[in-house]
Amino acid sequence: MINGRQLYLAQRLSAVLLVPLVLIHLALIIIAVRNGLSAAEILGRTRGSLLWGVFYTLFVLAVAVHVPLGVRNVMTEWTRLQPRVVDAFCLLFCLLLLIAGMRAVFAVV
Amino acid sequence: MTSKTSDTVQPDRSQHDHVHAQPGQAQPGDRLEVSIWRGKRDGGFKQYAVELRENQTVLDIVTEVQRQHEPSLAYRFACRVGVCGSCAMTVNGAPRWTCRTHVNQVIAGNQLTIEPLRHLPVIKDLVCDLAPFFEKWQKAGGTFKPTKSRLDKPEPIDPQSPARKTANAAIECINCAVCYSACDVVGWNNDYVGPAALNRLWTLANDKRHADREQVTDLAFQEGGCASCHSHGNCTRHCPVELSPSQSIAALKKSAIFGLPDVE
Amino acid sequence: MNPLHCHRSYLAFLGHRISGLLLALFLPVHFLLLGTAFSGDAALDNALALTDYWPVKVAEWGLVVLLATHMLFGLRILALEFTDWPSMHDNRTGWILPAAAAALFVGFIFWLQV
Repeated sequence: MINGRQLYLAQRLSAVLLVPLVLIHLALIIIAVRNGLSAAEILGRTRGSLLWGVFYTLFVLAVAVHVPLGVRNVMTEWTRLQPRVVDAFCLLFCLLLLIAGMRAVFAVV
Repeated sequence: MTSKTSDTVQPDRSQHDHVHAQPGQAQPGDRLEVSIWRGKRDGGFKQYAVELRENQTVLDIVTEVQRQHEPSLAYRFACRVGVCGSCAMTVNGAPRWTCRTHVNQVIAGNQLTIEPLRHLPVIKDLVCDLAPFFEKWQKAGGTFKPTKSRLDKPEPIDPQSPARKTANAAIECINCAVCYSACDVVGWNNDYVGPAALNRLWTLANDKRHADREQVTDLAFQEGGCASCHSHGNCTRHCPVELSPSQSIAALKKSAIFGLPDVE
Repeated sequence: MNPLHCHRSYLAFLGHRISGLLLALFLPVHFLLLGTAFSGDAALDNALALTDYWPVKVAEWGLVVLLATHMLFGLRILALEFTDWPSMHDNRTGWILPAAAAALFVGFIFWLQV
């Protein structure tokens, strides 16, 4: 079983990892929208690129850890749902982000 | 030392300083409209008119209402001088020691609202049951366990050692539950043990005489422990003795990665 | 005005939490949209055509600001939890306004480019 300390560490360490990833992502967004978004431009950058493949895989993994744990805190505090229900929901949300995220990575790389 | 700029979680010094009425505010002799909570949690406010005096605490107001208007009003106090912590109530929305809160500091116009502390069962009117507060204090692991018996020599503690200084910075808590009442997370999460309990745990983490020091990090991260804190800072803003439970909790969180500090 | 909620570190908490929630809602949509590239460039271009509508552009601007806000307020939390405090009452509220301004600045740059 995962204990509270491990969950806390998972959330904070994924946050530390996300800081540089988000900075690069923000910079890239601003550069990418300059001439409007097009599939050719996005895919031209990412297709066949090991570097972007690794970057977005890391991004998806960090997000799939960080986001459901944050949502778990919010649901614990701001809803009256049972802890078991909250945990089940957040586990499913984690899986959704992992699957949809990795599918997106494979689609663009 | 702390430079007290506006960028810090400033303790609310109005509890400590005597400040005169601001221009435009009610003056001595004016009628104050005082709303006081009556009944249990499902009770309601009742209005009383009380004369504003030159030098008057919120506790004085409550006492005047009980003696002259509402003999059945229940409230709690003992020392009247900021030592015991038993007169804590919610005054115009914030938890305070009423004996150390001058009326001029908190009135909005001529309005004063006095309620029981938040997040605790109300026994009657302004009196709360503090049992849940102390139960959580126990659950958090706040009980000191000695390494020696009365037959041993006392452990020598250097007052200048970093660990002792750290413990001393957080040790003056008298468990008045003002921080517990100020904290939103306590209201949102029934498991959360609250700022005072975690602040206490942090003092034990820095006490080399504590037998269960090795367990402190595990206790800190149990369900409802330090990871539930979101650094709102309301505990520290309202602590009447100017402790910083926020900092103590942050230090416990830090131990998840770096371990507990050395106490030798 | 509730005195427990009208101060910077509480507002920073709210900003962090609400930006996080909205980003969490957006993420699955973001991933599904990019996933359309499996069906070729045309499918992705089809999905990207949405971004020509101005309400979508405003939403994109909002997401950029939310992402920057969440990251910058999050940096303050990491600093509070993993570094020593300058003093026992200094919970780095001084970082909050600059962080919010920086997030809006990122949004401003985005708006100039889009």
